[in-house]
Amino acid sequence: METEEINYELRLYVAGKTAKSATALSNLKKYCEEHLKGQYAIEVIDLLVKPQLAEGDQIFAIPTLVRKVPEPIRKIIGDLSNEEKVLVGLDIRPR
Amino acid sequence: MTKSHKKQQQTDIKSLPKTPTGINGLDEITGGGLPQGRPTLICGEAGCGKTLMSLEFIVRGALMFNEPGVFMAFEEKTDELALNVASLGFDLYELQDKKKVKLDHVHIDRSEIEETGEYDLEGLFIRLGHAIDSIGAKRVVLDTIENLFSGLSNQTILRAELRRLFAFLKNKGVTAIITGEKGDGGALTRQGLEEYVSDCVILLDHRVINQISTRRLRVVKYRGSQHGTNEYPFLIDEDGISVLPVTSLVLEKAVSSKRVSSGIPALDYMLGGQGFFHGSSILVSGTAGTGKTSIGAYFAAETCKQKKKCLYFAFEESPNQIIRNMKSINIDLQPYVNSGLLRFHASRPTLYGLEMHLVAIYKLIKQFKPATVILDPITNLITVGSVSEVKSMLVRLIDFLQNEQITVMFTALSLNTVVNEQTDEGVSSLVDTWMLVRDIEHNGERNRGLYIMKSRGMKHSNQVREFIITDKGLDLVDVYLGPEGVLTGSAREAQQLKERTGVALRDFAVLRKDKEINRKRKVLEAKISNLQAEFESVEEELNRIYYEDELKQQIMDKNRDEITKMRRGIKEESPTKKKK
Repeated sequence: METEEINYELRLYVAGKTAKSATALSNLKKYCEEHLKGQYAIEVIDLLVKPQLAEGDQIFAIPTLVRKVPEPIRKIIGDLSNEEKVLVGLDIRPR
Repeated sequence: MTKSHKKQQQTDIKSLPKTPTGINGLDEITGGGLPQGRPTLICGEAGCGKTLMSLEFIVRGALMFNEPGVFMAFEEKTDELALNVASLGFDLYELQDKKKVKLDHVHIDRSEIEETGEYDLEGLFIRLGHAIDSIGAKRVVLDTIENLFSGLSNQTILRAELRRLFAFLKNKGVTAIITGEKGDGGALTRQGLEEYVSDCVILLDHRVINQISTRRLRVVKYRGSQHGTNEYPFLIDEDGISVLPVTSLVLEKAVSSKRVSSGIPALDYMLGGQGFFHGSSILVSGTAGTGKTSIGAYFAAETCKQKKKCLYFAFEESPNQIIRNMKSINIDLQPYVNSGLLRFHASRPTLYGLEMHLVAIYKLIKQFKPATVILDPITNLITVGSVSEVKSMLVRLIDFLQNEQITVMFTALSLNTVVNEQTDEGVSSLVDTWMLVRDIEHNGERNRGLYIMKSRGMKHSNQVREFIITDKGLDLVDVYLGPEGVLTGSAREAQQLKERTGVALRDFAVLRKDKEINRKRKVLEAKISNLQAEFESVEEELNRIYYEDELKQQIMDKNRDEITKMRRGIKEESPTKKKK
């Protein structure tokens, strides 16, 4: 995993600057820096600004983290406070 | 402002604003529709029509009331939904293109989702809000929101969020339907949604009794409004859902004193000479093969002859069979069918439940608007329901028909040859006119006798008539009531022949007597003229004597005068001289 290729495309859906959203984003950044340095891209989508995007990724809970790449798509909802679960959810760590 | 205007306004303020669903019959039960701007819960078991009802609410809203609607599906994909209602003639895609309807499928799959930490359902709110705002929706359906519970494990969050969701919907001012699956053991929904939605709850039910299923609907609760509390049967067919607001048994219907002919002149004659009342109900009962269907067909043909529409519900025979059979008694129904005046609706009673039949009958009547309805025979309905059920169905049907001022004729089969005073369905007390066709067995023959058991509000014959079916048609003849009892058929014919002979003989005797009288008269007349002649001669004789006497007297007087003169010597010449 030493290549500079972006293996992980992550999208974080939030709704405004709520505490939960902020926690989720900071948690996510922390895990990614730790485990996926250099091979990830995070896109933050604020549904208050772009509500039409909610349908496409089947978002109903906030915050939701969507792993677009690699397939299959995976979703993690919540403020991502449990590192173990997030890493398993993103298939970074084997179950 | 006038007084009435004020009053009107006052009631407007008081009453709860409602959103009409546009679903046949549902608005009547709920007194105008669902509570406007509030959520309504529709619950029931799987396959009872929740999704369809809520979808129809959206589509009808868009089509009939120009109120756009959002349908958020948690179960089915939008493609599946569109396909499901395409059979009802609703084109969801077209409505979506016109921005009348917005379909949104919320896919929740536990295997794809990991939960960690705090979250809320703001995403769903945003999605819903966006959907509502993008088309200006007035109606929202969430079908079935309980799926969230299977997708997410944190119940505490879910419940809090649901509460927030309903507040959000109310805030948006949309009329919402939330569907929920019926829970175990009396609970309306599995997750207790009814605690959140407390304004209006409608329960759908799908019961199978005697292998026949009936869908029913009940308004469990409707805060701030009157509503029908009964279980109402409803039907799902190619036009969507039809609910039956049936038991409106207020006996306040308008009545008509117009009369309609039965198509059989002799029968009309028995009914005071004019036939049935327009808008009345007629029961023809009798044993098998007594010609009940024929009477019905005659009535149908007569209705069509007067350019009025007739709807014929056949529960035993197919339309073609009836048409063929009726040709043999000289009525051709085919032209009326072709011209659209007569419509047959044939279905086996066992096809569906009693209530379904009723709904189907209602719908057809509403659609076709006939002047006359014939149900042939109602007895067959008993195979799908109990006596009391059939009766209650017929009560409602008669009630409905009388409200619509439609004349209805039922035929009923009496199962035993001993004619009961009551028909099996016990409807005889409900109908206005009851005719009974019975078998009269006599002399190795079976003949039919017809009599009128009752006919409200008109003079009617108390006579038994022989009911004759020939290839010329139907007719009623007086039965012969002789010393040997009632004679019908060939016995009657024989009796009539006998009578005819008697009449001829009597006629001959009378003729002979007449001749004798004539002769006697002639003789007497001759005698009279003879006597008269005699009398005349006697009279003449007497007259002659009388003249003679007078003449004699005159002469004698004269002579006496002359003698007197001569004796006195009075110149008797003077008068003579003078004379000369």
